[in-house]
Amino acid sequence: MKALVSVKRVVDYNVRIQVKSDGSGVVTDGVKHSMNPFDEIAMEEAVRLKEKGKVTEIVAVTIGGAKNEETLRTALAFGADRAIHVKEEGEVQPLTAAKAFAAVLKKEEAKLFLAGKQAIDDDANQTGQMVAALLDIAQATFASKVEIDGDKATVTREIDAGLETLEVDLPAVITTDLRLNEPRYLKLPDIMKAKKKPIEAVSFADLGVTPAAGLKTTKTVPPPARSKGIMVKTTDELVEALKSKGLL
Amino acid sequence: MSKILIVAEHAEGKLNGGVAKTVAAAKGVGGEIHVAVFAADAAAVAEQAAKLDGVTKVLAVNNAANANPVAAVLAPQIVEVASGGYTHVFVPGTTFGKDLAPRIAAKLDVQQVSDVMAVHGPNSFDRPIYAGNAITTVETPAGTVVATVRLASFQAVGAGGSASVETVSVGAAVPTHTRYVKLEAQKSERPDLQSAARVVSGGRALGSSENFKVIFDFADKIGAGVGASRAAVDSGYVPNDMQVGQTGKIIAPELYFAVGISGAIQHLAGIKDARTIVAINKDPEAPIFEVADIGLVGDLFQVVPELTGKV
Ligand SMILES: Cc1cc2nc3c(=O)[nH]c(=O)nc-3n(C[C@H](O)[C@H](O)[C@H](O)COP(=O)(O)OP(=O)(O)OC[C@H]3O[C@@H](n4cnc5c(N)ncnc54)[C@H](O)[C@@H]3O)c2cc1C
Ligand SMILES: Nc1ncnc2c1ncn2[C@@H]1O[C@H](COP(=O)(O)O)[C@@H](O)[C@H]1O
Repeated sequence: MKALVSVKRVVDYNVRIQVKSDGSGVVTDGVKHSMNPFDEIAMEEAVRLKEKGKVTEIVAVTIGGAKNEETLRTALAFGADRAIHVKEEGEVQPLTAAKAFAAVLKKEEAKLFLAGKQAIDDDANQTGQMVAALLDIAQATFASKVEIDGDKATVTREIDAGLETLEVDLPAVITTDLRLNEPRYLKLPDIMKAKKKPIEAVSFADLGVTPAAGLKTTKTVPPPARSKGIMVKTTDELVEALKSKGLL
Repeated sequence: MSKILIVAEHAEGKLNGGVAKTVAAAKGVGGEIHVAVFAADAAAVAEQAAKLDGVTKVLAVNNAANANPVAAVLAPQIVEVASGGYTHVFVPGTTFGKDLAPRIAAKLDVQQVSDVMAVHGPNSFDRPIYAGNAITTVETPAGTVVATVRLASFQAVGAGGSASVETVSVGAAVPTHTRYVKLEAQKSERPDLQSAARVVSGGRALGSSENFKVIFDFADKIGAGVGASRAAVDSGYVPNDMQVGQTGKIIAPELYFAVGISGAIQHLAGIKDARTIVAINKDPEAPIFEVADIGLVGDLFQVVPELTGKV
Protein backbone atom coordinates (compact mmCIF):
# COMPACT_ATOMS: atom_id res chain seq x y z
CA MET A 1 0.00 0.00 0.00
CA LYS A 2 1.27 3.40 -0.99
CA ALA A 3 1.13 6.38 1.37
CA LEU A 4 1.34 9.99 0.33
CA VAL A 5 2.58 12.53 2.88
CA SER A 6 2.30 16.29 2.38
CA VAL A 7 5.16 18.34 3.79
CA LYS A 8 5.01 22.12 3.96
CA ARG A 9 7.93 24.49 4.34
CA VAL A 10 7.06 27.02 7.05
CA VAL A 11 8.79 29.54 9.28
CA ASP A 12 10.36 27.55 12.12
CA TYR A 13 8.16 27.34 15.21
CA ASN A 14 10.85 28.93 17.37
CA VAL A 15 11.01 32.13 15.33
CA ARG A 16 9.43 35.24 16.82
CA ILE A 17 7.24 36.57 14.05
CA GLN A 18 7.69 40.20 13.00
CA VAL A 19 4.88 42.00 11.22
CA LYS A 20 6.04 44.41 8.51
CA SER A 21 5.45 48.02 9.51
CA ASP A 22 3.57 48.80 6.29
CA GLY A 23 0.97 46.16 7.12
CA SER A 24 1.77 44.12 4.03
CA GLY A 25 2.57 40.86 5.80
CA VAL A 26 5.07 39.16 8.08
CA VAL A 27 8.83 39.05 7.61
CA THR A 28 9.79 35.69 6.11
CA ASP A 29 12.99 36.63 4.26
CA GLY A 30 16.16 35.66 6.07
CA VAL A 31 14.14 33.78 8.69
CA LYS A 32 14.75 30.14 9.59
CA HIS A 33 12.33 27.76 7.89
CA SER A 34 11.67 24.09 8.53
CA MET A 35 9.15 21.37 7.89
CA ASN A 36 5.77 22.07 9.48
CA PRO A 37 5.96 20.19 12.83
CA PHE A 38 2.68 18.36 12.19
CA ASP A 39 4.06 17.12 8.87
CA GLU A 40 7.11 15.70 10.68
CA ILE A 41 4.62 13.74 12.76
CA ALA A 42 2.89 12.60 9.54
CA MET A 43 6.24 11.51 8.06
CA GLU A 44 7.14 9.65 11.24
CA GLU A 45 3.80 7.85 11.21
CA ALA A 46 4.24 6.82 7.59
CA VAL A 47 7.69 5.44 8.35
CA ARG A 48 6.40 3.52 11.36
CA LEU A 49 3.58 2.05 9.25
CA LYS A 50 6.18 0.99 6.71
CA GLU A 51 8.32 -0.56 9.44
CA LYS A 52 5.23 -2.52 10.55
CA GLY A 53 4.71 -3.72 7.00
CA LYS A 54 1.43 -1.86 6.54
CA VAL A 55 2.81 0.59 4.01
CA THR A 56 5.07 -0.42 1.15
CA GLU A 57 6.00 2.91 -0.37
CA ILE A 58 6.08 6.47 0.97
CA VAL A 59 5.86 9.41 -1.39
CA ALA A 60 6.42 12.90 0.06
CA VAL A 61 4.77 15.86 -1.71
CA THR A 62 5.26 19.56 -1.30
CA ILE A 63 3.86 22.60 -3.08
CA GLY A 64 6.02 25.67 -3.30
CA GLY A 65 9.09 27.33 -4.73
CA ALA A 66 12.63 26.06 -5.25
CA LYS A 67 13.47 26.24 -1.54
CA ASN A 68 10.91 23.53 -0.78
CA GLU A 69 13.44 21.03 -2.05
CA GLU A 70 15.05 21.26 1.42
CA THR A 71 11.77 20.15 2.97
CA LEU A 72 11.56 17.22 0.58
CA ARG A 73 15.14 16.21 1.43
CA THR A 74 14.14 16.19 5.08
CA ALA A 75 11.17 13.97 4.23
CA LEU A 76 13.45 11.65 2.27
CA ALA A 77 15.83 11.51 5.25
CA PHE A 78 12.87 10.49 7.45
CA GLY A 79 12.36 7.56 5.11
CA ALA A 80 10.22 8.64 2.16
CA ASP A 81 11.14 6.53 -0.88
CA ARG A 82 10.69 9.36 -3.35
CA ALA A 83 9.28 12.83 -3.58
CA ILE A 84 7.09 14.99 -5.77
CA HIS A 85 7.70 18.72 -5.94
CA VAL A 86 4.72 20.69 -7.18
CA LYS A 87 6.74 23.70 -8.21
CA GLU A 88 4.72 26.88 -7.85
CA GLU A 89 6.09 30.15 -6.52
CA GLY A 90 3.96 32.40 -4.36
CA GLU A 91 1.18 31.77 -1.87
CA VAL A 92 -0.94 28.65 -2.32
CA GLN A 93 -4.16 28.58 -0.34
CA PRO A 94 -5.70 25.38 1.07
CA LEU A 95 -8.32 24.70 -1.61
CA THR A 96 -5.75 25.01 -4.37
CA ALA A 97 -3.25 22.89 -2.42
CA ALA A 98 -5.99 20.31 -1.84
CA LYS A 99 -6.80 20.16 -5.55
CA ALA A 100 -3.15 19.45 -6.31
CA PHE A 101 -2.87 16.80 -3.59
CA ALA A 102 -6.09 15.16 -4.75
CA ALA A 103 -4.69 14.99 -8.29
CA VAL A 104 -1.43 13.44 -7.07
CA LEU A 105 -3.29 10.98 -4.86
CA LYS A 106 -5.37 9.84 -7.80
CA LYS A 107 -2.44 9.57 -10.14
CA GLU A 108 -0.37 7.63 -7.62
CA GLU A 109 -3.33 5.48 -6.57
CA ALA A 110 -2.20 5.91 -2.98
CA LYS A 111 -4.43 4.46 -0.27
CA LEU A 112 -3.42 6.81 2.49
CA PHE A 113 -2.93 10.55 2.55
CA LEU A 114 -1.18 11.72 5.69
CA ALA A 115 -1.05 15.46 6.38
CA GLY A 116 -0.52 17.71 9.36
CA LYS A 117 -3.70 18.92 11.02
CA GLN A 118 -2.59 22.47 10.46
CA ALA A 119 0.27 24.44 8.99
CA ILE A 120 1.70 26.69 11.70
CA ASP A 121 2.02 29.65 9.32
CA ASP A 122 -1.55 30.09 8.06
CA ASP A 123 -3.06 28.02 10.91
CA ALA A 124 -5.82 27.13 8.44
CA ASN A 125 -6.51 23.51 9.40
CA GLN A 126 -8.26 22.82 6.11
CA THR A 127 -6.17 21.08 3.50
CA GLY A 128 -6.54 17.43 4.53
CA GLN A 129 -10.30 17.70 4.94
CA MET A 130 -10.56 19.37 1.54
CA VAL A 131 -8.59 16.59 -0.15
CA ALA A 132 -10.99 14.06 1.36
CA ALA A 133 -14.01 16.09 0.24
CA LEU A 134 -12.74 16.52 -3.31
CA LEU A 135 -12.22 12.77 -3.66
CA ASP A 136 -15.32 11.79 -1.64
CA ILE A 137 -13.21 9.60 0.61
CA ALA A 138 -13.06 9.20 4.37
CA GLN A 139 -11.23 11.57 6.68
CA ALA A 140 -9.97 11.16 10.22
CA THR A 141 -8.54 14.41 11.50
CA PHE A 142 -6.46 15.21 14.61
CA ALA A 143 -5.24 11.63 14.95
CA SER A 144 -3.46 10.49 18.08
CA LYS A 145 -3.48 6.79 17.16
CA VAL A 146 -3.68 5.00 13.82
CA GLU A 147 -4.13 1.29 13.26
CA ILE A 148 -4.30 -0.15 9.77
CA ASP A 149 -5.99 -3.48 9.23
CA GLY A 150 -6.33 -4.55 5.60
CA ASP A 151 -8.42 -1.96 3.79
CA LYS A 152 -9.59 -0.27 6.99
CA ALA A 153 -8.03 2.10 9.49
CA THR A 154 -9.06 2.67 13.07
CA VAL A 155 -8.16 6.16 14.17
CA THR A 156 -8.31 7.77 17.60
CA ARG A 157 -8.91 11.51 17.35
CA GLU A 158 -8.19 14.30 19.81
CA ILE A 159 -11.42 16.28 20.03
CA ASP A 160 -12.71 18.87 22.49
CA ALA A 161 -14.69 16.30 24.45
CA GLY A 162 -11.90 13.73 24.73
CA LEU A 163 -10.81 10.89 22.48
CA GLU A 164 -13.05 9.76 19.62
CA THR A 165 -12.52 6.60 17.61
CA LEU A 166 -13.54 6.30 13.97
CA GLU A 167 -13.28 3.39 11.60
CA VAL A 168 -12.61 4.40 8.00
CA ASP A 169 -12.38 2.55 4.71
CA LEU A 170 -9.23 3.19 2.68
CA PRO A 171 -8.38 5.26 0.74
CA ALA A 172 -8.58 7.85 3.48
CA VAL A 173 -7.08 11.11 4.62
CA ILE A 174 -5.60 11.17 8.11
CA THR A 175 -4.37 14.40 9.70
CA THR A 176 -1.95 14.27 12.59
CA ASP A 177 -2.13 15.72 16.07
CA LEU A 178 0.73 16.24 18.49
CA ARG A 179 0.35 13.04 20.47
CA LEU A 180 0.43 10.66 17.49
CA ASN A 181 4.16 10.05 17.83
CA GLU A 182 7.45 11.70 18.52
CA PRO A 183 9.36 12.23 15.28
CA ARG A 184 12.78 10.62 15.19
CA TYR A 185 16.01 12.52 15.26
CA LEU A 186 17.48 12.42 11.76
CA LYS A 187 20.86 10.72 11.50
CA LEU A 188 23.65 11.80 9.19
CA PRO A 189 23.70 8.58 7.11
CA ASP A 190 19.98 9.00 6.43
CA ILE A 191 20.50 12.62 5.44
CA MET A 192 23.28 11.52 3.06
CA LYS A 193 21.13 8.74 1.60
CA ALA A 194 18.30 11.22 1.05
CA LYS A 195 20.45 13.22 -1.33
CA LYS A 196 20.37 10.36 -3.84
CA LYS A 197 16.63 9.73 -3.73
CA PRO A 198 14.55 10.93 -6.67
CA ILE A 199 12.46 14.11 -6.70
CA GLU A 200 9.99 14.57 -9.54
CA ALA A 201 9.00 18.13 -10.42
CA VAL A 202 5.49 18.84 -11.67
CA SER A 203 3.35 21.96 -12.08
CA PHE A 204 -0.33 22.68 -11.46
CA ALA A 205 -0.78 22.53 -15.22
CA ASP A 206 0.78 19.04 -15.36
CA LEU A 207 -1.70 17.96 -12.70
CA GLY A 208 -4.62 19.60 -14.47
CA VAL A 209 -5.18 21.94 -11.54
CA THR A 210 -6.52 25.47 -11.93
CA PRO A 211 -5.80 27.55 -8.82
CA ALA A 212 -9.01 28.47 -7.00
CA ALA A 213 -9.84 32.11 -6.32
CA GLY A 214 -8.16 33.00 -3.05
CA LEU A 215 -8.86 35.09 0.00
CA LYS A 216 -7.32 38.51 -0.46
CA THR A 217 -5.31 39.75 2.50
CA THR A 218 -5.76 43.50 2.70
CA LYS A 219 -3.89 44.17 5.93
CA THR A 220 -1.63 42.41 8.44
CA VAL A 221 -1.10 43.87 11.89
CA PRO A 222 0.48 42.69 15.14
CA PRO A 223 -1.96 41.62 17.87
CA PRO A 224 -2.89 44.31 20.38
CA ALA A 225 -0.19 44.62 23.03
CA ARG A 226 -1.09 43.79 26.61
CA SER A 227 -0.47 46.49 29.16
CA LYS A 228 2.53 46.06 31.43
CA GLY A 229 1.82 43.95 34.47
CA ILE A 230 2.99 44.08 38.07
CA MET A 231 5.11 41.69 40.12
CA VAL A 232 4.08 40.68 43.63
CA LYS A 233 6.31 39.05 46.21
CA THR A 234 3.96 37.01 48.38
CA THR A 235 0.68 35.15 48.12
CA ASP A 236 -0.85 37.78 50.43
CA GLU A 237 0.06 40.47 47.93
CA LEU A 238 -1.32 38.34 45.11
CA VAL A 239 -4.65 37.85 46.87
CA GLU A 240 -4.73 41.60 47.62
CA ALA A 241 -4.01 42.49 43.97
CA LEU A 242 -6.75 40.17 42.74
CA LYS A 243 -9.22 41.57 45.27
CA SER A 244 -8.44 45.14 44.27
CA LYS A 245 -9.22 44.22 40.66
CA GLY A 246 -12.47 42.70 41.80
CA LEU A 247 -11.40 39.27 40.63
CA LEU A 248 -11.71 37.45 43.93
CA MET B 1 -29.08 40.61 1.69
CA SER B 2 -27.05 37.97 3.48
CA LYS B 3 -28.60 34.69 4.49
CA ILE B 4 -26.46 32.83 6.97
CA LEU B 5 -26.61 29.15 7.81
CA ILE B 6 -25.08 28.12 11.13
CA VAL B 7 -24.43 24.46 11.73
CA ALA B 8 -25.37 23.55 15.29
CA GLU B 9 -22.89 21.58 17.30
CA HIS B 10 -24.54 19.48 19.98
CA ALA B 11 -24.08 16.39 22.10
CA GLU B 12 -26.46 14.34 24.21
CA GLY B 13 -29.38 16.59 23.35
CA LYS B 14 -27.58 19.77 24.41
CA LEU B 15 -26.68 22.65 22.13
CA ASN B 16 -22.97 23.51 22.37
CA GLY B 17 -22.30 26.91 23.95
CA GLY B 18 -20.20 27.83 20.94
CA VAL B 19 -23.31 28.15 18.79
CA ALA B 20 -24.46 31.27 20.68
CA LYS B 21 -21.06 32.83 19.99
CA THR B 22 -21.25 31.84 16.34
CA VAL B 23 -24.61 33.60 16.15
CA ALA B 24 -22.91 36.70 17.58
CA ALA B 25 -20.37 36.58 14.73
CA ALA B 26 -23.18 36.10 12.21
CA LYS B 27 -24.98 39.16 13.56
CA GLY B 28 -21.92 41.16 12.51
CA VAL B 29 -22.62 40.12 8.92
CA GLY B 30 -26.27 41.12 9.15
CA GLY B 31 -29.20 39.55 7.36
CA GLU B 32 -31.15 36.42 8.15
CA ILE B 33 -29.62 33.88 10.49
CA HIS B 34 -30.74 30.26 10.37
CA VAL B 35 -29.44 27.41 12.49
CA ALA B 36 -29.47 23.87 11.12
CA VAL B 37 -29.58 20.96 13.54
CA PHE B 38 -28.54 17.59 12.17
CA ALA B 39 -29.37 14.74 14.53
CA ALA B 40 -31.13 11.41 14.78
CA ASP B 41 -33.87 13.38 16.52
CA ALA B 42 -33.22 17.11 16.31
CA ALA B 43 -36.25 18.38 18.24
CA ALA B 44 -34.70 19.08 21.65
CA VAL B 45 -31.63 20.81 20.25
CA ALA B 46 -33.70 22.75 17.71
CA GLU B 47 -35.80 24.12 20.54
CA GLN B 48 -32.68 25.41 22.32
CA ALA B 49 -31.34 26.94 19.10
CA ALA B 50 -34.67 28.69 18.48
CA LYS B 51 -34.20 30.69 21.69
CA LEU B 52 -30.93 32.29 20.60
CA ASP B 53 -31.30 36.03 20.02
CA GLY B 54 -30.94 36.92 16.37
CA VAL B 55 -31.85 33.50 14.98
CA THR B 56 -34.79 33.80 12.59
CA LYS B 57 -35.34 30.15 11.72
CA VAL B 58 -34.18 26.71 12.85
CA LEU B 59 -33.98 23.82 10.41
CA ALA B 60 -34.26 20.39 11.98
CA VAL B 61 -32.83 17.57 9.89
CA ASN B 62 -33.62 14.15 11.32
CA ASN B 63 -31.66 11.19 10.06
CA ALA B 64 -30.44 8.10 11.91
CA ALA B 65 -27.08 8.59 10.18
CA ASN B 66 -26.71 11.84 12.15
CA ALA B 67 -26.70 10.11 15.53
CA ASN B 68 -23.03 11.00 15.91
CA PRO B 69 -21.31 13.97 14.30
CA VAL B 70 -19.24 12.55 11.43
CA ALA B 71 -17.98 15.26 9.06
CA ALA B 72 -18.14 13.13 5.93
CA VAL B 73 -21.77 12.28 6.70
CA LEU B 74 -22.85 15.81 7.61
CA ALA B 75 -21.10 17.67 4.80
CA PRO B 76 -23.22 16.53 1.83
CA GLN B 77 -26.42 17.30 3.78
CA ILE B 78 -25.16 20.76 4.71
CA VAL B 79 -24.12 21.45 1.14
CA GLU B 80 -27.63 20.56 0.00
CA VAL B 81 -29.25 22.84 2.58
CA ALA B 82 -26.74 25.64 1.88
CA SER B 83 -27.55 25.62 -1.79
CA GLY B 84 -31.00 26.95 -0.87
CA GLY B 85 -29.85 30.54 -1.30
CA TYR B 86 -27.46 30.86 1.61
CA THR B 87 -24.63 33.37 1.24
CA HIS B 88 -22.71 32.22 4.33
CA VAL B 89 -22.12 29.00 6.24
CA PHE B 90 -20.72 29.56 9.73
CA VAL B 91 -19.53 26.81 12.06
CA PRO B 92 -18.12 27.10 15.59
CA GLY B 93 -14.31 26.95 15.62
CA THR B 94 -14.23 23.84 17.79
CA THR B 95 -12.74 20.50 16.77
CA PHE B 96 -16.23 19.72 15.41
CA GLY B 97 -16.23 22.80 13.20
CA LYS B 98 -12.60 22.52 12.16
CA ASP B 99 -13.16 18.96 11.02
CA LEU B 100 -16.37 19.78 9.18
CA ALA B 101 -16.13 23.23 7.59
CA PRO B 102 -13.37 22.50 5.03
CA ARG B 103 -15.36 19.53 3.83
CA ILE B 104 -18.27 21.89 3.11
CA ALA B 105 -16.06 24.58 1.56
CA ALA B 106 -14.33 22.16 -0.81
CA LYS B 107 -17.69 20.81 -1.94
CA LEU B 108 -18.86 24.36 -2.63
CA ASP B 109 -15.54 25.05 -4.36
CA VAL B 110 -14.63 27.99 -2.14
CA GLN B 111 -11.71 28.81 0.13
CA GLN B 112 -12.62 28.85 3.80
CA VAL B 113 -12.03 31.56 6.36
CA SER B 114 -10.68 29.87 9.52
CA ASP B 115 -10.99 31.36 13.00
CA VAL B 116 -12.93 34.54 12.26
CA MET B 117 -12.15 36.94 15.12
CA ALA B 118 -13.86 40.06 13.80
CA VAL B 119 -16.46 40.73 11.13
CA HIS B 120 -16.15 43.92 9.06
CA GLY B 121 -18.92 43.10 6.61
CA PRO B 122 -20.33 40.22 4.59
CA ASN B 123 -17.01 39.62 2.84
CA SER B 124 -14.36 41.02 5.16
CA PHE B 125 -13.02 39.33 8.26
CA ASP B 126 -10.07 39.36 10.63
CA ARG B 127 -8.29 36.10 11.36
CA PRO B 128 -5.10 35.19 13.22
CA ILE B 129 -2.05 33.59 11.61
CA TYR B 130 1.28 32.43 13.08
CA ALA B 131 -0.23 31.42 16.44
CA GLY B 132 -1.95 34.78 16.70
CA ASN B 133 1.27 36.74 16.34
CA ALA B 134 -0.22 38.49 13.34
CA ILE B 135 -3.81 39.39 12.57
CA THR B 136 -4.86 39.59 8.94
CA THR B 137 -7.87 41.21 7.34
CA VAL B 138 -9.10 39.06 4.47
CA GLU B 139 -11.67 39.57 1.75
CA THR B 140 -13.52 36.58 0.39
CA PRO B 141 -13.94 36.06 -3.35
CA ALA B 142 -17.30 35.47 -5.04
CA GLY B 143 -19.24 32.45 -3.87
CA THR B 144 -20.57 31.17 -0.56
CA VAL B 145 -18.55 32.30 2.44
CA VAL B 146 -17.63 29.31 4.60
CA ALA B 147 -16.06 30.20 7.93
CA THR B 148 -15.22 28.84 11.34
CA VAL B 149 -15.67 31.26 14.21
CA ARG B 150 -12.98 31.78 16.85
CA LEU B 151 -15.22 31.47 19.89
CA ALA B 152 -12.93 33.35 22.27
CA SER B 153 -13.49 36.50 20.20
CA PHE B 154 -17.28 36.68 20.59
CA GLN B 155 -19.75 37.09 23.45
CA ALA B 156 -22.61 34.62 23.37
CA VAL B 157 -25.98 36.07 22.37
CA GLY B 158 -28.80 35.82 24.87
CA ALA B 159 -31.54 33.19 24.89
CA GLY B 160 -34.67 35.32 24.70
CA GLY B 161 -35.55 34.59 21.08
CA SER B 162 -38.35 32.52 19.62
CA ALA B 163 -37.47 31.47 16.07
CA SER B 164 -39.67 29.09 14.16
CA VAL B 165 -38.55 25.49 13.84
CA GLU B 166 -39.00 23.80 10.50
CA THR B 167 -38.38 20.12 9.89
CA VAL B 168 -36.70 19.64 6.55
CA SER B 169 -35.87 16.48 4.72
CA VAL B 170 -32.58 16.25 2.93
CA GLY B 171 -32.07 13.86 0.05
CA ALA B 172 -28.28 13.92 -0.21
CA ALA B 173 -26.75 10.46 -0.18
CA VAL B 174 -24.49 10.01 2.83
CA PRO B 175 -21.33 7.91 2.62
CA THR B 176 -20.69 4.82 4.71
CA HIS B 177 -16.89 4.92 4.49
CA THR B 178 -16.59 6.59 7.89
CA ARG B 179 -18.03 4.92 10.96
CA TYR B 180 -18.25 6.28 14.47
CA VAL B 181 -16.94 3.76 17.00
CA LYS B 182 -16.82 5.47 20.38
CA LEU B 183 -16.04 8.52 22.45
CA GLU B 184 -13.97 8.36 25.59
CA ALA B 185 -15.13 11.56 27.21
CA GLN B 186 -13.52 13.02 30.26
CA LYS B 187 -16.31 13.40 32.75
CA SER B 188 -15.64 16.36 34.96
CA GLU B 189 -17.68 18.35 37.45
CA ARG B 190 -15.45 21.35 36.86
CA PRO B 191 -16.46 24.29 34.70
CA ASP B 192 -15.88 23.76 31.00
CA LEU B 193 -12.55 25.21 29.91
CA GLN B 194 -13.96 27.10 26.95
CA SER B 195 -16.67 28.90 28.90
CA ALA B 196 -15.21 29.11 32.40
CA ALA B 197 -14.74 32.60 33.86
CA ARG B 198 -11.67 31.37 35.72
CA VAL B 199 -9.08 28.87 34.55
CA VAL B 200 -6.03 27.47 36.29
CA SER B 201 -3.47 25.74 34.05
CA GLY B 202 -0.48 23.66 35.02
CA GLY B 203 2.66 22.97 33.02
CA ARG B 204 5.58 20.61 32.85
CA ALA B 205 6.70 21.80 36.28
CA LEU B 206 3.92 19.76 37.88
CA GLY B 207 6.03 16.68 37.21
CA SER B 208 3.32 14.01 37.55
CA SER B 209 -0.42 13.49 37.44
CA GLU B 210 -0.45 13.06 41.23
CA ASN B 211 1.15 16.46 41.66
CA PHE B 212 -1.57 18.01 39.49
CA LYS B 213 -3.74 17.72 42.58
CA VAL B 214 -2.39 21.08 43.80
CA ILE B 215 -3.82 22.64 40.63
CA PHE B 216 -7.17 20.87 40.95
CA ASP B 217 -7.48 21.78 44.64
CA PHE B 218 -6.84 25.44 43.94
CA ALA B 219 -9.17 25.44 40.93
CA ASP B 220 -11.96 23.84 42.96
CA LYS B 221 -11.52 26.42 45.70
CA ILE B 222 -12.09 29.30 43.27
CA GLY B 223 -14.56 27.47 40.99
CA ALA B 224 -12.20 27.41 38.03
CA GLY B 225 -11.79 25.18 35.01
CA VAL B 226 -8.46 23.41 34.64
CA GLY B 227 -6.15 23.57 31.64
CA ALA B 228 -2.61 22.53 30.84
CA SER B 229 0.35 23.20 28.59
CA ARG B 230 1.27 20.84 25.81
CA ALA B 231 4.23 19.60 27.84
CA ALA B 232 1.91 18.55 30.68
CA VAL B 233 -0.41 16.74 28.26
CA ASP B 234 2.42 15.09 26.30
CA SER B 235 3.89 13.86 29.58
CA GLY B 236 0.57 12.22 30.39
CA TYR B 237 -0.16 14.25 33.53
CA VAL B 238 -3.59 15.21 32.19
CA PRO B 239 -5.77 14.30 29.17
CA ASN B 240 -5.51 15.95 25.75
CA ASP B 241 -8.74 17.89 26.01
CA MET B 242 -7.12 20.11 28.63
CA GLN B 243 -4.43 21.50 26.31
CA VAL B 244 -4.56 25.26 25.93
CA GLY B 245 -2.81 26.95 23.02
CA GLN B 246 -2.32 27.37 19.30
CA THR B 247 -3.14 23.76 18.65
CA GLY B 248 -5.31 23.13 21.70
CA LYS B 249 -8.16 25.17 23.12
CA ILE B 250 -8.32 28.92 22.70
CA ILE B 251 -9.88 30.41 25.81
CA ALA B 252 -10.95 33.80 27.09
CA PRO B 253 -11.55 33.64 30.85
CA GLU B 254 -11.77 36.68 33.11
CA LEU B 255 -8.92 35.27 35.17
CA TYR B 256 -6.17 32.89 34.04
CA PHE B 257 -3.49 31.31 36.20
CA ALA B 258 -0.42 29.91 34.41
CA VAL B 259 1.35 27.75 36.94
CA GLY B 260 4.76 26.28 36.13
CA ILE B 261 4.30 27.20 32.47
CA SER B 262 7.16 28.96 30.67
CA GLY B 263 5.00 30.92 28.22
CA ALA B 264 5.95 29.57 24.79
CA ILE B 265 4.25 31.45 21.92
CA GLN B 266 2.17 28.38 21.17
CA HIS B 267 0.75 28.45 24.69
CA LEU B 268 0.22 32.21 24.67
CA ALA B 269 -1.80 31.87 21.46
CA GLY B 270 -4.50 30.19 23.54
CA ILE B 271 -4.75 32.83 26.28
CA LYS B 272 -4.40 36.15 24.46
CA ASP B 273 -8.01 37.02 25.21
CA ALA B 274 -7.83 36.27 28.92
CA ARG B 275 -8.74 39.46 30.79
CA THR B 276 -6.20 39.01 33.59
CA ILE B 277 -3.24 36.64 33.44
CA VAL B 278 -1.50 35.57 36.65
CA ALA B 279 1.83 33.77 36.31
CA ILE B 280 3.46 31.66 38.97
CA ASN B 281 6.92 30.47 38.02
CA LYS B 282 10.15 29.93 39.88
CA ASP B 283 12.21 31.42 37.06
CA PRO B 284 12.07 35.24 37.07
CA GLU B 285 13.20 35.22 33.43
CA ALA B 286 10.32 33.00 32.22
CA PRO B 287 8.64 34.61 29.16
CA ILE B 288 5.22 34.17 30.75
CA PHE B 289 6.01 37.19 32.93
CA GLU B 290 6.17 39.38 29.80
CA VAL B 291 2.45 38.90 29.24
CA ALA B 292 1.30 38.42 32.83
CA ASP B 293 -0.76 41.14 34.50
CA ILE B 294 0.34 39.85 37.87
CA GLY B 295 3.49 37.78 38.35
CA LEU B 296 4.78 35.89 41.35
CA VAL B 297 8.22 34.29 41.37
CA GLY B 298 8.20 31.20 43.54
CA ASP B 299 7.97 27.45 43.87
CA LEU B 300 4.49 26.42 42.84
CA PHE B 301 4.41 23.57 45.34
CA GLN B 302 4.67 26.16 48.09
CA VAL B 303 2.78 29.04 46.50
CA VAL B 304 -0.29 27.25 45.19
CA PRO B 305 -1.28 25.38 48.38
CA GLU B 306 -0.72 28.63 50.27
CA LEU B 307 -3.06 30.42 47.87
CA THR B 308 -5.64 27.67 48.19
CA GLY B 309 -5.61 28.31 51.92
CA LYS B 310 -6.03 32.05 51.53
CA VAL B 311 -8.78 32.47 48.93
C1 LIG C 1 3.54 22.69 16.46
C2 LIG C 1 3.55 22.98 17.92
C3 LIG C 1 2.35 23.22 18.53
C4 LIG C 1 2.31 23.49 19.90
N1 LIG C 1 1.11 23.73 20.49
C5 LIG C 1 1.07 24.02 21.81
C6 LIG C 1 -0.17 24.32 22.47
O1 LIG C 1 -1.24 24.33 21.87
N2 LIG C 1 -0.14 24.58 23.81
C7 LIG C 1 1.03 24.59 24.52
O2 LIG C 1 0.98 24.84 25.75
N3 LIG C 1 2.19 24.31 23.93
C8 LIG C 1 2.24 24.02 22.60
N4 LIG C 1 3.45 23.72 22.03
C9 LIG C 1 4.62 23.51 22.89
C10 LIG C 1 5.33 24.78 23.33
O3 LIG C 1 6.26 25.17 22.35
C11 LIG C 1 6.09 24.52 24.65
O4 LIG C 1 6.98 23.45 24.46
C12 LIG C 1 5.18 24.17 25.83
O5 LIG C 1 4.13 25.11 25.93
C13 LIG C 1 5.97 24.13 27.09
O6 LIG C 1 5.19 23.72 28.18
P1 LIG C 1 5.54 24.19 29.67
O7 LIG C 1 5.55 25.66 29.72
O8 LIG C 1 4.63 23.46 30.57
O9 LIG C 1 7.00 23.56 29.88
P2 LIG C 1 8.41 24.27 30.00
O10 LIG C 1 8.67 25.15 28.86
O11 LIG C 1 9.36 23.18 30.30
O12 LIG C 1 8.25 25.20 31.25
C14 LIG C 1 8.15 24.76 32.56
C15 LIG C 1 8.21 26.00 33.45
O13 LIG C 1 8.00 25.64 34.79
C16 LIG C 1 8.86 26.39 35.62
N5 LIG C 1 9.04 25.63 36.86
C17 LIG C 1 9.72 24.48 37.04
N6 LIG C 1 9.59 24.05 38.30
C18 LIG C 1 8.81 24.93 38.93
C19 LIG C 1 8.31 25.03 40.27
N7 LIG C 1 8.56 24.10 41.20
N8 LIG C 1 7.53 26.08 40.58
C20 LIG C 1 7.24 27.05 39.66
N9 LIG C 1 7.68 27.00 38.38
C21 LIG C 1 8.46 25.95 38.04
C22 LIG C 1 10.10 26.58 34.81
O14 LIG C 1 10.82 27.73 35.25
C23 LIG C 1 9.55 26.72 33.39
O15 LIG C 1 9.33 28.08 33.06
C24 LIG C 1 3.51 23.47 20.65
C25 LIG C 1 4.71 23.25 20.01
C26 LIG C 1 4.75 23.00 18.67
C27 LIG C 1 6.06 22.75 18.00
N1 LIG D 1 1.98 24.17 0.14
C1 LIG D 1 1.93 23.01 0.81
N2 LIG D 1 2.92 22.09 0.66
C2 LIG D 1 2.88 20.95 1.34
N3 LIG D 1 1.91 20.61 2.20
C3 LIG D 1 0.91 21.48 2.39
C4 LIG D 1 0.86 22.72 1.71
N4 LIG D 1 -0.26 23.36 2.12
C5 LIG D 1 -0.87 22.55 3.02
N5 LIG D 1 -0.17 21.41 3.18
C6 LIG D 1 -0.50 20.25 4.04
O1 LIG D 1 -1.76 20.47 4.65
C7 LIG D 1 -1.65 20.51 6.07
C8 LIG D 1 -2.64 21.48 6.63
O2 LIG D 1 -2.38 22.78 6.15
P1 LIG D 1 -3.39 24.00 6.37
O3 LIG D 1 -4.71 23.55 5.88
O4 LIG D 1 -2.80 25.11 5.53
O5 LIG D 1 -3.37 24.34 7.82
C9 LIG D 1 -0.18 20.83 6.33
O6 LIG D 1 0.23 20.30 7.58
C10 LIG D 1 0.49 20.11 5.17
O7 LIG D 1 0.65 18.73 5.42
